[in-house]
Amino acid sequence: MHPAFRHVARLGARALSTGTPTRRPYEGFVPLNTFENAFLAVGSAVMSLANPRRHDMIAALGETTAGPALPRMREHMLASPEGRRVLRERPRVHSNSVDMAALAALPDRTFGRAYVDWLERCGVTPDTRDAVRYIADPELAYVMQRYRECHDFYHCITHMPVSVEYEIALKYFEFANTGLPMTAISALFGPLRLTNAQRDRLFREYVPWALRCGASARPLITVYWEERWEQDIEDLKAELGLWDAPPAKWRKPRAQAGQLKASAPAPASPELPSM
Amino acid sequence: MLARQQIRRLARTRALPALSRPYSLPPPPQLERDSHGSSNASSTTHFGYREVPKDAKESLVKDVFSSVASSYDVMNDAMSLGVHRLWKDSFVAHLNPGRADQSRPGMRCIDVAGGTCDIALRILDHARERHADRELSVDVVDINPDMLAEGAKRVRKTMYHNTPQIAFHVGNAQDLGSEAFPDNSYDLYTIAFGIRNCTSVPDVLREAYRVLKPGGTFACLEFSKVTQPLFAQVYDSYSFSVIPLLGTILAGDRDSYQYLVESIRRFPPQEDFARMIQEAGFATGGLWEGKRGAWTDLWGGIASIHTGVKL
Repeated sequence: MHPAFRHVARLGARALSTGTPTRRPYEGFVPLNTFENAFLAVGSAVMSLANPRRHDMIAALGETTAGPALPRMREHMLASPEGRRVLRERPRVHSNSVDMAALAALPDRTFGRAYVDWLERCGVTPDTRDAVRYIADPELAYVMQRYRECHDFYHCITHMPVSVEYEIALKYFEFANTGLPMTAISALFGPLRLTNAQRDRLFREYVPWALRCGASARPLITVYWEERWEQDIEDLKAELGLWDAPPAKWRKPRAQAGQLKASAPAPASPELPSM
Repeated sequence: MLARQQIRRLARTRALPALSRPYSLPPPPQLERDSHGSSNASSTTHFGYREVPKDAKESLVKDVFSSVASSYDVMNDAMSLGVHRLWKDSFVAHLNPGRADQSRPGMRCIDVAGGTCDIALRILDHARERHADRELSVDVVDINPDMLAEGAKRVRKTMYHNTPQIAFHVGNAQDLGSEAFPDNSYDLYTIAFGIRNCTSVPDVLREAYRVLKPGGTFACLEFSKVTQPLFAQVYDSYSFSVIPLLGTILAGDRDSYQYLVESIRRFPPQEDFARMIQEAGFATGGLWEGKRGAWTDLWGGIASIHTGVKL
């Protein structure tokens, strides 16, 4: 068979997930035909609503409904030199690949320092993202994985905490910025879980900001965050076309953030309570 | 959690390392005469569509069932749309266990790979309701303690808890052990949806022959081949598309259910299995389906009941 067609034939041959061993595009890939994709989309939607702690179902919903948004995001990445670097080098965000102690040692107004402060303040680690399983093209699978792993960077740069209200605001932002259907689904159904007062505040203050800011900012998927640890955060925001959201209510006061002192003997990965 | 990770890790390697055996199981027998034609203990067998070393299959199957144990009933209902209940009802009705004469010692039944007690409880209920038989006893045997724990939990909700009518044992269908399960001790041996998970079906049949009394009945309910080609295609699409996805959605575990679907395809068709039962020494009906035959098909062959008698 002509080499140009082998790729296509390989994808076609996996139309039925019969479990027969074939060369997979990446570890853990599960091929789905159209019917299976639709079935999983509906099933994961129902399951995510029924049991929001099933993060694997939320991840599956995102992947099965991604549609044309992922190729569009890849085009944005290919259009910028920084995005092309990301696609070539495929950096991953993981507590093994992110040196938390070094970031904590950075000066106060840098992005890297703001990131570890934010992690500490919210009580999360960079390790909580599921691996992509249902996207056939390995490059698009990487784009999806990158989007998932950069979600915390978006939190940090927009200075949003992790409670439900602000997660939804960030979903509106992400929808305006990336166009992923999953963000729209979360944005539509998320507010059902809020109190009236929270919903009111969300739609009055945060959603207008989120939609305007997300739409006018540069596509954040193209940003090589790992190159910008030392950059001043205000400069970074200006470069990306972002401006501050209305002030958010944090559970932990700011004074408690930034407790990772550079002077203390730095462990390989500091003890952060996981999400 | 551990089971899922183990399956994924094992799935990446072709030759699997020998896995340590759990303390409660005896070592598997030396396979001198086996259907794969080799007496070498390191030869391979099938685990779904994967080839694995024989000694690894037991542990792998065990891991699959630890992983599915707690959601087993929900999954069975979802996968078969509740029909598995009808099949099990048919199976027990077909066997008609129980004796009206309560003066004789009670009928002794052994239900192998019967962890969650679906069959055991049906046997006890059938004997009680049809024959007013409260002497009949069932020994439930399973290789997996987690499945037995689910079964014991079920039994606690019934009237058979703490009675001599039901007992639980951890055991390997291929080698039950002569001390725990002496020769010629049971009137009825049942195995429902379990035999396809065993590494060596002839060994299971041999053990069944050993523990049954002369005149005792062997009965097996198992997934089998659908004979009608159009229905077979529909059934295949359903099995390979929907069931692993239901496993992903309901139980968060695709691999175990992929294994279950593949193991169904690897099991011998009705006639071949009937021959294996005959080879173990049982007297069966003729090699055809239905009346006076060795097997009865349920739902076009999706499941099948095979019976034999030890003479």
